Amino acid sequence: MNLIFAQIPGIDGLPTLNEVWFVLVGVLFTGYVMLDGFDLGVGALHLFTKTDEERRYMLNAIGPVWDGNEVWLVTGGGALFAAFPEVYATVFSGFYLAFVLLLFSLIFRAVAIEFRSKRPEAWWRQTWDVLFSVGSVLSSFLIGVAVGNIVWGIPLDKDHEFAGTFLGLLGPYPILLGVTTVALFSMHGAIYVVMKTEGELQTRARGWIKNTIIFFALTYVATSLATLLYVPRMAVPLQNHPWLFAIPLFNILAIANVPREIHLGNEFKAFLSSCAAMVALMALFGVGMFPHLVFCHTEPANSLDIVNAASSQKTLGIMFIIACMGVPIVLAYTVCIYWIFRGKVKLGAMSY
Amino acid sequence: MDVLLLSRIQFAFTVAFHYIYPPLSIGLGLVLVIMEGLWISTGDKLYHEMARFWTKIFALSFAIGVATGIVMEFEFGTNWATYSRYVGDVFGSALAAEGIFAFFLESGFLAVLLFGWDKVGPKMHFFSTCMVCLGAHFSAVWIMVANSWQQTPAGYHIVGEGLHARAEITDFWAMVFSPSSMDRLSHTVVGAWQAGAFFVISVSAYYLLRRRHLDFARRSMKVGLCVALAGSLLQLITGDISAKHVAINQPAKLAAFEGLYHTEVAPLYVFGWVDETHQEVRFGFAIPRMLSYLTYGDANKPVTGLQEFAPGDRPPVNFVFQTYHAMVAIGFALIGLSLLGVFLWWRGWLFAEIGWVRRLVLPLMVLSVLGPQFANQLGWFSAEVGRQPWIVYGLLRTSDALSKAVKADAVLTSLILFTVIYLLLFVLFIFLLNEKIQHGPEADKPVTEPEPLVPTQVLDQPRA
Ligand code: HDD
Ligand code: HEM
Ligand code: HEM
Repeated sequence: MNLIFAQIPGIDGLPTLNEVWFVLVGVLFTGYVMLDGFDLGVGALHLFTKTDEERRYMLNAIGPVWDGNEVWLVTGGGALFAAFPEVYATVFSGFYLAFVLLLFSLIFRAVAIEFRSKRPEAWWRQTWDVLFSVGSVLSSFLIGVAVGNIVWGIPLDKDHEFAGTFLGLLGPYPILLGVTTVALFSMHGAIYVVMKTEGELQTRARGWIKNTIIFFALTYVATSLATLLYVPRMAVPLQNHPWLFAIPLFNILAIANVPREIHLGNEFKAFLSSCAAMVALMALFGVGMFPHLVFCHTEPANSLDIVNAASSQKTLGIMFIIACMGVPIVLAYTVCIYWIFRGKVKLGAMSY
Repeated sequence: MDVLLLSRIQFAFTVAFHYIYPPLSIGLGLVLVIMEGLWISTGDKLYHEMARFWTKIFALSFAIGVATGIVMEFEFGTNWATYSRYVGDVFGSALAAEGIFAFFLESGFLAVLLFGWDKVGPKMHFFSTCMVCLGAHFSAVWIMVANSWQQTPAGYHIVGEGLHARAEITDFWAMVFSPSSMDRLSHTVVGAWQAGAFFVISVSAYYLLRRRHLDFARRSMKVGLCVALAGSLLQLITGDISAKHVAINQPAKLAAFEGLYHTEVAPLYVFGWVDETHQEVRFGFAIPRMLSYLTYGDANKPVTGLQEFAPGDRPPVNFVFQTYHAMVAIGFALIGLSLLGVFLWWRGWLFAEIGWVRRLVLPLMVLSVLGPQFANQLGWFSAEVGRQPWIVYGLLRTSDALSKAVKADAVLTSLILFTVIYLLLFVLFIFLLNEKIQHGPEADKPVTEPEPLVPTQVLDQPRA
């Protein structure tokens, strides 16, 4: 065991609780990106449909699950609060307006989903359709921007308080990551739509997959280049531990596998592939950041890492027990729920 | 306006708005379990119809509860960063436990509850209903544990000094069972049951008045009345216990509840107006010695007054007095109303076409839905404002707990954004609620038959 862990950069011997929590928080946010990612993506593609019926299929494809997907964000936030309160406090107060905007658009989107099909008038539905789509794109974009800022680094003072401005968060690199995220979620959403629908809408969604993959591939290459050129520290762990190149390689293979599976008609496998790609991306992000959680580019000594930002060992231990009890149950019934709602969407009396 | 005031307004506004919905979800969750349980055990179709109808209402309040809850979860970090650093070690684990145990349970099984009537068998469906109800109760548990810790801290020690001081857990279970947590948990949960029960009573009374869905309305009314009566009586007990313990744990708060400035053998005011400059209660009606008796079971024992506390350590008195007394008044009114309802039902008058019942009692019942809602809000306002000036009682002041990185204009912007979206949410809630109530319950169909498809072609619109 120790030997295996010792291969991991920065870790010698058994992982500490702080390291475990770094991974667990990452897992929760990865769960969020994988799950809410597809329903945000469906939102981004919503306006590319042709008829009202198609739009209802789109909404009902995510109908039973989108709400549960957002719980991953809530729990990720809770876990971050518990395990790394410094990070929770610094990031959310530092990104204040950006974060409020994210919450605003997430709620707006929920309102739009609920309101949209309640009245038959065209103007009513079209208004909510547009708002749903804008809310989804904006949410995805802001999530990307937040990740972008974390990668790029933000100014912190010695009390770990954010020392920048709102506009300072909108640098070119974070914006590029925002766009990449929109592309990634759209691709993920398109695959989900293909998986959940039939007929004309499905044919249309196959077209979206092609376009979104190209869109994503372009932004992905751009992001990778920008990262290597401007944030080289993210690549240092890869240079030191070449076996870590397996992650980006796996990522590229997973994405390349998507069109293949779609072509073969294995829609579910295509979806899994896309999930795997997201896991790889998050892993890459985690490996690049480790052991930092928030990097301070103006004064690296002020950065928050898994030691100086963490709760006490006692709390981390208690939480670890809670997680060991809770997470398997959560996973089990998440799988159950998705199993119950497998198959193609049908519109019924309870539909949106 | 300064950041402190704006942040307080924003927090109070967003949490008060959030708290319109969870009590409904918790209370209706219980009602659903009862109704579906009765359906499973009696096989009576009417119960099935009831469960289906109230599930739709439940889903609505749940959805808005979630949307507004997400804001709450992050607002500690955005607006109260110093507080988050201070309490994170203690508080975070309760919040994370809430996410893992409660929210996942609730939202996951809710999907089955709503969309699964024809996908799973009745037993599995009932199981899901129980899980959703349990999840709703769990969310109350963990959030109340967190909030009670901040009212009556326990099981911690302070590390670091000055700006860097923070509380760390020393004893998890002492934190969970902090002196006020179980009192307050039971009191809030019962308050939520009342919210659910009176909601059911209100809608049923409305149908009875309109002479619509009569069988459905009568049966729902009966379930509602049973829960309401049990809840209202229990609430008196849990409220009384809470008050006794507030007297011990947060004496300044109790003194503010009762407008008591001097330490003395104290009367209990039924109503009154606290004159804060002259430090006395005016225009009041009081029962002599009653407060001493209620607090200590001894009519001659003095109760601690506000003068024992430095002026800077006292909460706003009149505000807390008024909100607290209004809550208690509503509590008694609800007991009265549920007793009346049960009495009329027992005499067979409630559902008979009796003029005064239709003119007076049923309209009152339609309005009764507001009772628990107001009592819940007022109770929170008295508990939270009564905690001032502390954010963590006796340890950290609210004014020291802010986010240093956040400026007033940012908070003003967010306050405006939240106001806009919450107004929209509220309109949505009322609109959908009205629609569901007007639509009414659907006559029961055999469970195995699939839902008829809505002819969507009719709704098709050409793309703009
Ligand atoms: C349906 C709702 C409802 C009703 C009818 C009542 N309450 Fe209440 N009360 C609440 C809903 C509530 C609450 C919303 O659940 C509070 C706010 C915070 C809390 O812990 O519970 C609360 C707080 C609260 C507190 C403060 C606890 C603290 O600060 O720690 C006391 C002393 C009481 N209540 C006492 C009573 C009494 C004597 C009542 C007489 C019948 C009563 N309440 C009716
Ligand atoms: C400031 C305090 C609060 C925070 C941070 C908070 C947080 C949240 C969050 C994040 C959600 C959404 C969960 C999801 O995504 O499924 C939620 C919903 C919920 N909250 Fe709160 N909450 C607070 C106050 C309360 C209180 C005081 C209660 C009850 C006593 C409560 C009971 C619930 C319930 C039952 C739900 C489920 C949704 C619903 O049924 O409406 N919350 N809360
Ligand atoms: C859902 C019902 C709740 C209501 C209606 C409520 C009400 C309020 C009000 C009115 C204030 C402002 C007090 C003032 O500034 O004078 C406040 C502040 C606050 N409450 Fe609550 N509260 C609720 C639940 C909670 C819960 C469950 C928690 C924690 C877990 C919590 C934590 C706080 C904090 C951190 C503040 C800000 C600091 C302060 O002003 O004391 N509240 N709340």
